[in-house]
Amino acid sequence: MYIIIVGAGKVGWNLARELLEKEHEVTLIEKNRNRYSTVEQELEHNVQYGDASELWVLDRAGVQRADMMIAVTGDDEDNMLICQVAREKYMVKQVIARVNNPRNRPHFDLLGIKPTVSATDLILRLIEHEVPEYGLVHLLDLEEERLEIIEMQITEASNVSDNRVGDLRMPEGSLLISVLRDGRGFVPGPDTVLEPGDEVLAVLDPGKEDELKALFGPDGDSAGG
Amino acid sequence: MFILIVGCGRVGSNLARNMLNDNHEVSCLDEDPEAQARLEVGLDQSWEDSGGRFTVGTALETDALDAAGIARADAFIASTDGDNTNIVIAQIAQRRYNVPTVIARILDPLRAEWYSHQGVRTVCPTKVAIEMLGAEVRAAAEKAEGASGAGEAA
Repeated sequence: MYIIIVGAGKVGWNLARELLEKEHEVTLIEKNRNRYSTVEQELEHNVQYGDASELWVLDRAGVQRADMMIAVTGDDEDNMLICQVAREKYMVKQVIARVNNPRNRPHFDLLGIKPTVSATDLILRLIEHEVPEYGLVHLLDLEEERLEIIEMQITEASNVSDNRVGDLRMPEGSLLISVLRDGRGFVPGPDTVLEPGDEVLAVLDPGKEDELKALFGPDGDSAGG
Repeated sequence: MFILIVGCGRVGSNLARNMLNDNHEVSCLDEDPEAQARLEVGLDQSWEDSGGRFTVGTALETDALDAAGIARADAFIASTDGDNTNIVIAQIAQRRYNVPTVIARILDPLRAEWYSHQGVRTVCPTKVAIEMLGAEVRAAAEKAEGASGAGEAA
């Protein structure tokens, strides 16, 4: 599989490294010269210097034959448009965009950019889903972003089982970012109804975990403890 | 007509004043509070007193677009200094708010062309500059050829 990754930050670099280890063909594109030089020492010809929102940079990276485009820059506009162009102009089948500011999610939806992910672990999950033989374990921390990602299992006993997402009284500073159901990840909307068996990922400000667990519980963890 | 201009740099601010002069209702949005000063260049009263509106906010925040009056805008001009921002907000204005006339300034000629085929009205100053410079150079070249031709003839 040929995968283009845009943005050689912590997320993009590690993703590229992991995918290369799994013998995928990978091109990483970075527009910051210094960052490019750093990453190039390790990834060599697998990283290219340039602004991937410019069409010729994507052309040079061989976007026409790419199977997947992953935009994980720190800029939501860039991520949105790179994926939009990849999908609509170059017919790349699978695009994945990182959402830096969760409030921008509706804009991604509006431009038809799906799936969107807010955290590395979810990107890894989606790739895993795309490439089932591919086992990913490496998770990256989000310390720089001062956010926590937590995963909750919805069971029949959960308070929120069979509830509409729109009806949940989510604590301030927390947001549901994805629901994984039957091996598929999607971004929940207000009308999404949570079902037993769902795996829910939430992003939250540090310290909100207990509040959220109280809302969702009891789950597998608390039943065990 | 009610015109919302996002991005009050040299282009946006001059356009805003011109549109106000043409008796349109003009609302400007910029993330920099100081941008209002640029709107007032050459005016003998404040931008608001002249009848203009100015909102401080980031264009991607729909709250800011709402505050600037996008819901009743007849025309939306995306003229921030970022191509990507302009392309995104133009599409938001078009698809989410159904603004009848949406125009985006895009400096990159390749993308300006592609997006114009996707239904986004684009203005590409770079393309205009390239064409004008090309025309000037060609005119100079013709003149030089004409002169040397005349020299040979004489």
